[in-house]
Amino acid sequence: MLSIQDLEKIAVQVRRDIVRMVNGASSGHPGGPLGCADFLVALYFKIMKPDPQQFTMDGAGEDLFFLSNGHLSALWYSVLARYGFFDTSELATFRKLGTRLQGHPATCEGLPGIRMSSGSLGQGLSVSIGAALSKKLNSDEHLVYCLLGDGELEEGQNWEAMMFAAGHKVDNLIAVIDCNGIQIDGPTDKVMPLGDIPAKFEAFGWKVLTMYGNDMTEVVDTLKKAQWYTLQGQPVVIVMTTHMGFGVDFMLDNHEWHGVFPNDEQTKTALAQLNETLGDY
Amino acid sequence: MTEYKNLGSKDTRSGFGEGLAELGRQNPNVVALCADLTGSLKMDAFARDFPERFFQVGIAEANMISIAAGMTIGGKIPYTGTFANFSTGRVYDQIRQSVAYSEKNVKICASHAGITLGEDGATHQIMEDIGLMKMLPNMTVINPCDFNQTKAATLAIADYQGPVYLRFGRPKWPNFTPLGQPFIIGKALLLNEGADVSIFATGHLVWNALQACQVLEEQGIHAEIIDIHTIKPLDEEAILASVRKTGCVVSAEEHLRNGGLGDSIAQLLARNHPAPMEMVAVNDQFGQSGKPEELLKKYGLDVPDIVAAALKAISRK
Repeated sequence: MLSIQDLEKIAVQVRRDIVRMVNGASSGHPGGPLGCADFLVALYFKIMKPDPQQFTMDGAGEDLFFLSNGHLSALWYSVLARYGFFDTSELATFRKLGTRLQGHPATCEGLPGIRMSSGSLGQGLSVSIGAALSKKLNSDEHLVYCLLGDGELEEGQNWEAMMFAAGHKVDNLIAVIDCNGIQIDGPTDKVMPLGDIPAKFEAFGWKVLTMYGNDMTEVVDTLKKAQWYTLQGQPVVIVMTTHMGFGVDFMLDNHEWHGVFPNDEQTKTALAQLNETLGDY
Repeated sequence: MTEYKNLGSKDTRSGFGEGLAELGRQNPNVVALCADLTGSLKMDAFARDFPERFFQVGIAEANMISIAAGMTIGGKIPYTGTFANFSTGRVYDQIRQSVAYSEKNVKICASHAGITLGEDGATHQIMEDIGLMKMLPNMTVINPCDFNQTKAATLAIADYQGPVYLRFGRPKWPNFTPLGQPFIIGKALLLNEGADVSIFATGHLVWNALQACQVLEEQGIHAEIIDIHTIKPLDEEAILASVRKTGCVVSAEEHLRNGGLGDSIAQLLARNHPAPMEMVAVNDQFGQSGKPEELLKKYGLDVPDIVAAALKAISRK
């Protein structure tokens, strides 16, 4: 069984992968992926623990994860590769012609681990509800997880989905909102104030938990707690505070690192702050 | 010419409703979602008989399409129901990313398509939907011509793996194709053989084309009438074979000229067998309120319009 320290080691390597992938592609999004690395490592390695050899599109009899904010693709690809869905050497193809690792996640390339294309924001929560309803119809008691960005909540479809999930008691669903307070054009408070996100979910009828997403112990504990609240008549949301760019000092909390790649010099500086714990791809 | 009798006018949306209810009995994986238009879409029977497989999503079409896409994960075959306008234009990006690009087995079922929606006016009379849907890679586009064919198509698309746009309408309309005629996706239906002009029609206008055929027959002109119920994939072989024989073409549809059936046929002919062609379609404008028959006349989609188009096409040979 993996300890918290083991998970932290994986997360550091995933952060290295993210920086190297985005640098290697000369394009991509480093900020959000660095901030959510702890969460996604915990979810795959400690909570969902899927069988990477038995990937099926239907995902019967296993927990499912959907990435709604598809621009966190570098993070997802690294976690999938480190978990064993495909060889880590493939991470070097990120965003390059002919790759299965498209700029935003795609199903058409047949990359194991991915069940829905995403990138155009605001659709993942609805998709996750659909998958959760399917599980209920199939008497499959496994759960559906979905990661969304806080800026993404500006898309109105999320509020349609929030209404539906509570109204239809979709209680086999755990949504996680990455609240780093930053979007492309600047702080969310300036671009479009989101107000009290936990209160809004609560008002819509969700069970709301909060956590700090850059502390592995807290992430694992809160995910376990969220699991406990499922199947009790309410959808569950974890409002997760993170730091965009976590692990790389010059990217920390800086909206300019949303969708900009680090040059070779910056990459060197960044990698000096992230130990190579599992071996680079 | 082959005689076609109206077996009793019925709305095509009721053909969808009957087909859906039958599917409920046949296929336990079929689920239905509706955005507050259960009665209009004739989904009541399915909702009543299979409440555990019917999902009312309220007035939230974007959510409906994405939920449907998610439900395919787990083996469900979701049928979504709302008006054609809200089934396409309103939710284009949801369909594009989560259904077409993701190759999900969603059946987007759209009623009240075209000008024959009538009195509700241009906000609801979408005539761009075929174009929007056929432009999407992976999407199959079907526009049946009557009640029986709509029912058959509703059943047939459940056995096809992949995204489908199924378009039908609001008014009671002549029902003339035989009950239980198998529906083959992508296979044009030859309704009348003729050597002088090929008339390719889709949806409600197939009946108008048959009426036009009779008028032409009285003038000694033998029109070939082909029902193109599947706009994508287009039955290229059948279309080319007919045009090689007749040497001229008319297309007829309740849709804009841009992006419609005629535009698909014109592309095919330009690449393979250029021939004089006339298009019976609405030209780059929105509709307005009125009775279906008044609107068909006003926007040039009536029987005399098809006759005139045929004569013009023949004169250009």
